[in-house]
Amino acid sequence: MSVTTLEQFKYDNKIVKYFGVATMAWGLVGMLVGLIAAIQLFLPEANLGNPYTTYGRIRPLHTNAVIFAFVGNAIFAGIYYSMPRLLKAPMWSKALSWINFWGWQTIILLAAITLPLGFTSSKEYAELEWPIDILIAIVWVAFGANMIGTMIKRREKHMYVAIWFYLASFITVAVLHIFNSLALPVSFFKSYSAYAGVQDALVQWWYGHNAVAFFLTTPFLGLMYYYLPKAANRPVYSYKLSIIHFWSLIFLYIWAGPHHLLYTALPEWAQILGVVFSVMLIAPSWGGMVNGLLTLRGAWDKVRVDPVLKFMVVAVTAYGMSTFEGPMLSLKSVNAIAHYTDWIVAHVHIGALGWNGFFTFAMLYWLWPKMWKTNLYSTKLATTHFWMGTIGIIFYALPMYVAALTQSLMWKEFSEAGRLAYPNFLETVIQIVPMYILRSLGGFLYLAGAILMVYNMIKTAKQGAFMAEEADEAPALKPHVDQPGEFWHRAWERKPVFFTVMATVAILIGGAVEIIPTILVKSNVPTIASVEPYTPLELQGRDLYISHGCVGCHSQMIRPFRSETERYGEYSKAGEFVYDRPFLWGSKRTGPDLHRVGGKYPDSWHYHHMVDPRSMSPGSLMPPYPWMVNNMMDHNDLPAKIRTLQKLGVPYPEGYDQQAKTDLMVQAEQIVANLKSSGVEAMPESEIVALIAYLQRLGTDIKKTTASNP
Amino acid sequence: MKKDILSSIENIEIYPIISLLIFVVFFVVMFIWVIRVDKKYVDHMKDMPFNDELENTSGYEKK
Repeated sequence: MSVTTLEQFKYDNKIVKYFGVATMAWGLVGMLVGLIAAIQLFLPEANLGNPYTTYGRIRPLHTNAVIFAFVGNAIFAGIYYSMPRLLKAPMWSKALSWINFWGWQTIILLAAITLPLGFTSSKEYAELEWPIDILIAIVWVAFGANMIGTMIKRREKHMYVAIWFYLASFITVAVLHIFNSLALPVSFFKSYSAYAGVQDALVQWWYGHNAVAFFLTTPFLGLMYYYLPKAANRPVYSYKLSIIHFWSLIFLYIWAGPHHLLYTALPEWAQILGVVFSVMLIAPSWGGMVNGLLTLRGAWDKVRVDPVLKFMVVAVTAYGMSTFEGPMLSLKSVNAIAHYTDWIVAHVHIGALGWNGFFTFAMLYWLWPKMWKTNLYSTKLATTHFWMGTIGIIFYALPMYVAALTQSLMWKEFSEAGRLAYPNFLETVIQIVPMYILRSLGGFLYLAGAILMVYNMIKTAKQGAFMAEEADEAPALKPHVDQPGEFWHRAWERKPVFFTVMATVAILIGGAVEIIPTILVKSNVPTIASVEPYTPLELQGRDLYISHGCVGCHSQMIRPFRSETERYGEYSKAGEFVYDRPFLWGSKRTGPDLHRVGGKYPDSWHYHHMVDPRSMSPGSLMPPYPWMVNNMMDHNDLPAKIRTLQKLGVPYPEGYDQQAKTDLMVQAEQIVANLKSSGVEAMPESEIVALIAYLQRLGTDIKKTTASNP
Repeated sequence: MKKDILSSIENIEIYPIISLLIFVVFFVVMFIWVIRVDKKYVDHMKDMPFNDELENTSGYEKK
């Protein structure tokens, strides 16, 4: 009989500490920016009077900070602690760990600088421009390589379910990020999407939906399967359920993206595919929730006293709520009411504040005393944080639901005479302002609770002694001898690389079925003869529209409902967007849809409205953009932009890059003349002129009587 | 217009059907495996989060 020798090794707690601290720091920043954005929705003056802190630019800053900085760092902290312990091996490479840490913080810092400056691709949750996208890919691969390396060096034969979730998250996010970020650079800070119109929309929401799935959901389910049993001190309720729910979840999630585009110009088959798979998703999602909650069976007395478990229970419950709400929202009839309203905002915040936020807090409250070998400084403070957070979520979500239903029903209400009961969009906004105020109160409470946590953590760390490395020992992994009757799954998860490949196949099947048909669509050939590329001035105006984040409040997608065609005009057709790189359909109407705004008002109306929205629409909540009058554009980037678009297949004539600026000035002079006839003096080089050109073009192509006779 | 888009792809309706079939077959096979899986294996897997507590390998209250 041979004696098994135990190998000695050490777990690295330092990297966990760093990621944990980053989680808290960026969390506070992200929440604070969110609070400022929420305040601007009822007090536009809170934009501080400059473009850098105006809603359109800080909204993506808020979403990126919360998703990638707060939740992202929490994922890394959680994985770098749990993974080595589950595999009985330290992380494969300390160098990669630190590249992961500093690389990720650099990306966040670059985002915090470039987004307020208006460098954006405008694609939701993928706003960062291409050089940062490349950096993200590098850092993400470093993280993945570190995980896979650790798996190969492990001393535990089998891989626990948490590891599967980590792996699937890594692979899918990599695939999503690469495909959605494909773009052709114009300059260091500007690129045009490789996809146009409908295709761009489909790829973006395939990405957007799965960013929620594989960045905000699957990594956290992995964390749940480790930290919940640890905190409750009992194993997971059903390991079999975890296997079924893992494979079903990653298989189904990837298909559901098109539910973000119901009733849009997206082909019907893709919409139906999205709905069916979204409804099926409820099963594996609830499988996870039930497994989490039932793990606490017989331990509910602990929930009364332990703040870690309190946070976890609400987190898992919030996960259950939002994964019930998600499939419901993807039913076409519900979506018809909820889309473009604050319902979606409430939905994502149940997920972000409840599921991600609360689980992160629970994890940090559990990790800190462990790593500092002490007790939590104050359980009372943590419980106070729990209640502030919970009440904050309620104060956030309930007013949003009320606001959504109120506004949506007002949009759709007709008078007895058969006309819109509230023809002025603004009426429906002013109605819900009190709800916006309540919502910001909820956000404030949540942020205040998080500040309490940071204080509690600092105190906890001060009273303990940090253990940078933790020793453990385990026998080396013996080469595997096949046993008869062993099933394929066990063999799979013993072979990490093969397992990785299988998980990739699972997500790629869904991705391929969704994306390939769309690419087969001859989308670059105009299906509407009168649709033409943007003129140079309109193109510049469109890029200003993108840079100021107008898409954050204004959709450009009129759905085929009578209530929308009455209000905005003819519904949007897929063929109208073939030159839109990126697409700007938007996902929220804080202001009215703009797809048919072209020709609706005179140029001077737009001028006055941009300088001071309230002069044209009393009570408007839109921030003023007076700087657009004084900011001049040199248009030196125009030839490069035209050439890039030509490469992407936009049919500008040969050599048009040299001609473009002349054409631009002609159109600019025309707008200046129009403005002058209304008594407004404007410079042809000013930003406002380009923006007016774009706004007046919007949705006018199909109004031309014939293609050749405009 | 919608027809224009659809007509540019042949047999578009087959995509959702194939996808559903792949999933159903995969799910059934996995389900059968999970039902028949060895209980010892499941218990071993369940215990993994607690294996790092050397002094306390069966920390949770067992039935």
